[in-house]
Amino acid sequence: MIHQVLALIVKELLAVLRDAKSRMVLIGPPLIQLLVFGYAATFDLNHVPVAIYDQDRSVASRDLVARFLGATTFQLVAMLHDPRRIDELIDSRRAQLVLVIDRRFARDLLSGRPAPVQAIVDGRNSNTALLIEGYANTILTDFLLKWAADHGRQAPPAVLDLRARFNPALSSRWFIVPGIVALLTQVVTLLVVGLSVARERETGTFDQLLVTPLRPIDILLGKGLPGLLIGLFEASVIIAAAVFWFNVPLRGGLAPLYLGLVLFVVAVTGVGLAISSLAATQQQALLGAFLFMVPSIILSGFATPIANMPPWVQDLTLLNPMRYFLVIVRGVFLEGAGLRALAPQYWPMAAIGLVSLAAAGWLFRRRVT
Amino acid sequence: MSAGATRRLYGLLRKESLQIWRDPSALAIAFVLPAVLLMIFGYGVTLDARNVPIALVVQQPSAIAASFTSRFAHSPFFRPVRFLTIQDAERAMAARDVQGIVWLPGDFARRAESGGNAPIGVIVNGVDANDARIIEGYVQQAWATWLAARAAATGGDAAMALSVQPQVRFNPAVDSRDYLVPGLIAVIMTLTGALLTALVIAREWERGTMEALMVTRVTIHEILLAKLIPYFVLGMGGMAGSVAIAVFLFGVPLQGSVWVLTATSALFMLAALGMGLLISGFARNQFVAGQVAIITTFLPAFILSGFVFDINSMPQAVQTITHIVAARYFVAILQSVFLAGNVWSVILPNAVALAVMAAIFLALARATARKRLD
Repeated sequence: MIHQVLALIVKELLAVLRDAKSRMVLIGPPLIQLLVFGYAATFDLNHVPVAIYDQDRSVASRDLVARFLGATTFQLVAMLHDPRRIDELIDSRRAQLVLVIDRRFARDLLSGRPAPVQAIVDGRNSNTALLIEGYANTILTDFLLKWAADHGRQAPPAVLDLRARFNPALSSRWFIVPGIVALLTQVVTLLVVGLSVARERETGTFDQLLVTPLRPIDILLGKGLPGLLIGLFEASVIIAAAVFWFNVPLRGGLAPLYLGLVLFVVAVTGVGLAISSLAATQQQALLGAFLFMVPSIILSGFATPIANMPPWVQDLTLLNPMRYFLVIVRGVFLEGAGLRALAPQYWPMAAIGLVSLAAAGWLFRRRVT
Repeated sequence: MSAGATRRLYGLLRKESLQIWRDPSALAIAFVLPAVLLMIFGYGVTLDARNVPIALVVQQPSAIAASFTSRFAHSPFFRPVRFLTIQDAERAMAARDVQGIVWLPGDFARRAESGGNAPIGVIVNGVDANDARIIEGYVQQAWATWLAARAAATGGDAAMALSVQPQVRFNPAVDSRDYLVPGLIAVIMTLTGALLTALVIAREWERGTMEALMVTRVTIHEILLAKLIPYFVLGMGGMAGSVAIAVFLFGVPLQGSVWVLTATSALFMLAALGMGLLISGFARNQFVAGQVAIITTFLPAFILSGFVFDINSMPQAVQTITHIVAARYFVAILQSVFLAGNVWSVILPNAVALAVMAAIFLALARATARKRLD
């Protein structure tokens, strides 16, 4: 029996890897996506176009302007002498931030009143708007602290000492790139497994498989293991790229990472096989895989935090294997988390895997009648 | 156009419309897919942090410490959880029970009241860098308002209490749904536009009906037009449905005019359909056409259009690539038309870019289609 299952595995691997187009789909797009995602998907702000309207033109206001221009976050597009151009610059998106320094800026500073500094931000992208506000506030605070010290002024009662654990520079690449490990592993595994049963059904060879002495569990193994192997291989390549190409620190051990990876790929394989056994044609399987994949990526915490979603959507994400693996992969990479800390993430994936594999095995027989 | 040509085109259009009507999957891709995706994304995708669980560690209670921490209790952004020691708070953060820690050390009151500059430790979990930055920003705001209130109460130096007075144009509540939903429409319409046409023509090749069409007197021009028109209508219908969901379900304001929206959507739809026609010209089976459509249209529209990730912040090489992504122009138009109004300085250049892209894709599709027929 072992030999027959092995033969089936070899046959499945050959079916996927022999065809040049399929090989391309497995190798090319994931690598391109890794590079594009890795470089393009960033929430860090750089070169934000900024216009400055300095009505004060005092030593203090010039010092503040210099601090804005010294930061790589901002890039000056215009020094304004006229408030009428503000609207035009913001409306046309040529400036995302217009900093307006009031005429009384230096005077108010000296007399101990809050000196008005206005930041007009383009809110069409609200996330960028919030981040710009944060950056602007940090620069202003630094300026004020320095100014107060230089002028022998009374220090504020308290100052903030901001520190970020696990990612001191708050680089969003460290967040996104480990996420890509989960994302691409899911895409590739689902593609391989999702079409495997549907392809045989379309060509009619699946019925032949069912009349062989192989039990459903053997077919399940034969169909599932190639996806598992390819998924693990692809994930390992991406993990290596994350560490050696993108220089994301891998602080934890490989054991908790790979335990999570195996469970994740098993769960995705189960879902893929279930979709594949439901579908009558490859077209349907593709549509089904797509309908599972897109929400599962969006609702996984890959780009937007689950904690921000409405409660009923948060409950829905509990069924999503990628949600758990993302916590594992980021935990191991950035926090150096171990097996014990990640235990709450492992068992839901194992449960999803068991249920979906059982469903797929049951569907094998049911669909034929 | 001669009477025969008109009749042939009419016949082809009738055939395509019947095919769409009889095969529910095309209607599903045009109407159900956008609606479902928009609902999931609209509800699921938000970058706004509200009620962030944050640990407050006050090692030695005092009036000044209480005045600072009360800022967190009344903030919509935070859900403070009190801890007695920093170690307990760190453990809670490691277990992801809290996302950040605000720590007032034991000598806080003494230092704040004598020399000033008493450090307040703010430790955030930096794994999600974007979330961490937003939380830091909220803490800074709370701190600045606290300083201002304190200066007003004690008659002290209020200059330090200064924070920038933000004025966020077009989206004063800084609600991320208002900007994500218009962008999503562009992403979803890219997918449906290109996927639909790519699959439809690939299907004719796969089934061998393309050869059957070729031996008739219809010209390649007519075949392409007959493919384009029904799917254009379908796509615009899906677009209208998406806009209705955005406005009536998600309450996104539509500041600009419906006509500008319709006209630019039509341009974008032509570009997306042209891309789909082009793909189907290369890929003659549905599997490859579907794959290529997803990889060349959906993912770039998602990542490179400026819909979530800011284009200005990308490396220069990647920014250059974004210029060949049609969704980039449409996202810019949609975000302006929805949130800002008819801003011609944004709409015109982007509309021209869309028109150029539509023309290029359609011309390329036309050229490759002819080669294939010969």
